[in-house]
Amino acid sequence: MPTRKPVLAAVAAIILGLSAAVAADGPDLGRVVTAQEIAAWSLSVGPDGVGLPAGSGTPKQGEAVYTAKCVACHGEKGAGRPNDALVGGIGSLPGDKPPMRTVGSYWPYATTIFDYVRRAMPYNESKSLTNDEVYAVTAYILQLNGIIGENDVTNAQTLPKVRMPNRDGFVTFARGK
Amino acid sequence: MHKRSTGSSDETLAAGNGLLDRRRFLAATSAIAGAMGSAALPAPASAQELSVDPWMKVPGAPFVPYGQPSRFEENVVRTWTTVPGTTGTGASRTPHHLLNGMITPNGLHFERHHSGIPDINPDTHRLLIHGLVKRQLIFTLENLARYPMESRIAFIECGGNGQLLYQRAPAQVSVQQIQGQVSCAEWTGVRLAVLLQEAGVDPKAQWLLAEGADAAGMSRSFPLAKAMDDALVALFQNGERVRPANGYPMRLLLPGYEGNINVKWLRRIMLTEAPTMTKDETSKYTITLADGKSLQFVFPQEGKSVITHPSPGLVMKEPGLYEISGIAWSGYGKIAKVEISADGGRSWAQAALQEPVLSKAVTRFRLPWRWNGGPAVLQSRATDDTGYVQPTREQMIALRGNRTIYHSNAITTWSVSDKGEVKHAYA
Repeated sequence: MPTRKPVLAAVAAIILGLSAAVAADGPDLGRVVTAQEIAAWSLSVGPDGVGLPAGSGTPKQGEAVYTAKCVACHGEKGAGRPNDALVGGIGSLPGDKPPMRTVGSYWPYATTIFDYVRRAMPYNESKSLTNDEVYAVTAYILQLNGIIGENDVTNAQTLPKVRMPNRDGFVTFARGK
Repeated sequence: MHKRSTGSSDETLAAGNGLLDRRRFLAATSAIAGAMGSAALPAPASAQELSVDPWMKVPGAPFVPYGQPSRFEENVVRTWTTVPGTTGTGASRTPHHLLNGMITPNGLHFERHHSGIPDINPDTHRLLIHGLVKRQLIFTLENLARYPMESRIAFIECGGNGQLLYQRAPAQVSVQQIQGQVSCAEWTGVRLAVLLQEAGVDPKAQWLLAEGADAAGMSRSFPLAKAMDDALVALFQNGERVRPANGYPMRLLLPGYEGNINVKWLRRIMLTEAPTMTKDETSKYTITLADGKSLQFVFPQEGKSVITHPSPGLVMKEPGLYEISGIAWSGYGKIAKVEISADGGRSWAQAALQEPVLSKAVTRFRLPWRWNGGPAVLQSRATDDTGYVQPTREQMIALRGNRTIYHSNAITTWSVSDKGEVKHAYA
C-alpha cells in the first residue's frame, strides 16, 4: 500500500521551489492534448490580448448587434435596466456617494469585455455571437463611453492597447493594510 | 468577568444580563430541574393522560431509494433572490436559524449561480489543465476517480454574504437573509497539486485561471501558491457526489477563499504568468474605497461569527434558561475564541466551542443564558488563531466605507424585547 508521504513531499517541494522532478503518486491518467485539440475550449482573453481571435468590428456594426441582442437587458445606449448599466459613471468612484460602476467607469481592461461577452452573453444564448460580432459590440460599448472614436476598429491588435479610464484604479489586497 | 451568584440558584454569571459560565451548563440545568421539582409547580390546566399515538399501532412507511426530511420540516428550506429577467441567476441562502451543528445538509447549501445550474453529463465532462505546463492534460471523471483522494471539512462563504450590514438601517429580515450565504460541508476529492505535478508547472507560472462549464463560463484567477497549498478538485460533498447546484461533477475548493472563486462545474485550469482579469475579479468582487481606489483579489474570508439561536423571527415565550448558539469561521485558520454579549457589547462571556474545531471550517459555539424577561442586545465576536478579532459594524465601515457589498464580517446584533421578540439591530 503506497503511503501519502510522497505526495506531501512533492507538494512541499513545489512550495519550496525545489525540483519538480519529485514523483507524485498520482496514477498519471491525464491524456496529453495538443493546442489544436483544445482551441475551442480556450475561451479566455488576458489583458495582454493573449487569446483574442482573428476578426474585427466597428462601433456602427456593434450598434446593430446591440440593438438586436443586448438592449432588452442593458437599455438604450447601455444606460442599464433591467440589468447592469454599461455606460456612464466616469468620475463617480471617489467620495461618499454610491459609485456608478460601469464598463466605462470601472472596468480596467477592454479585453475583459471581449472575454465576458464571448463566454457569457447574450444571457439566453451565450457563445452564439461570431467573433466579429463580439469585436463590434465591444467597440460600440467603448465608443458609447467615449473611450474610442466612431471610426475606430477593435481587433486583436487594437483592443489590448485601449486605455480604460480606471486602468490604475485597483490595489491588490493585503491583510492588515 | 462578572462573578456573582444569582439569588435563585448557584449559577455563575460570566457577563451581564444573564450570560452564564460556559462550563456550568449541565450543572446549572440540573440545579434548575431540581428547583422546579421541589417548587411543585401546578400541573397545566389542560393536562391529560398520555395516549399511545397511532403510528405506534400500524407498520410505518416502506423504504425509499433516497431519504427526505420529515414532512413536518417543510419550512426548512433555502430562500433565494434572482437577477431580473432570469430564473437561475442569483443566490440562495441556508436557513441557519433552523439548523444546528457544523455541517450544512447538501440540499440546503447556499448557492450562487451566474447562469443557472447546468445539467452536466459526467461521462462527457472533462477537466483540462493547460497553459504554462510541460504537458497539457485532460482528465475524465473516471480518470480522477482513480487518484488518491482526501477529505476536508470547509466552509464556503459568498464574498457578498452579510452585505445588508453595509446598509444604513438594520434590515428587518432573518439570519438566513442576512448571513445565509455561508455553508459548511465535508468535501472529498483530488489535490490540485497532484494534477499540476503531473502536468509539470512551468517556472514562469504564477497564477491559475479556473473556468466553469456553466453557460456563463464563470472564471476566476488565483495564485499558484494557493493551488499548491490546499486546493482540492472536489468530487464528493458530505459523502455523496457534489450536488448539481454546487458544481456536479466537480468543483474547485480553495479553502477559506471567497465563494465565487471556488469555481463550480470545473472544466478548465490554465496556468499563466499574471491574472486573466476576468469580469468577476475586476467589475465584481472588488471593494471601492473613499479615495476611488478599489481593493482587488480580496481572497480569504475574514474571521466572523453570528448567533443563529435565538435570531429574528423567533419569539421567546417565557423567561428562563436558553442556549445561545451560533456559527463562527475564518478563512485564515481556526476559530480560537467566540465571546457573547447580552448587553450590546458592554460585557462579554466566552462561549464553549463545539468540537471539532477545524481550520477554515464552521465552528459551532454555545453558551447558556438565563433570560430574565427584560430587553437584551445579543452579539457574538469571533477571534481566529492568527489573533484577528471580528470588528464591530462601525469599525468595519471606518476601514472600508459602505459603498461595497463584499467581505462584510462585522458583528451582527440581535435585540430581544421584553415581549421576547428577536429583531435585527445596530448596536
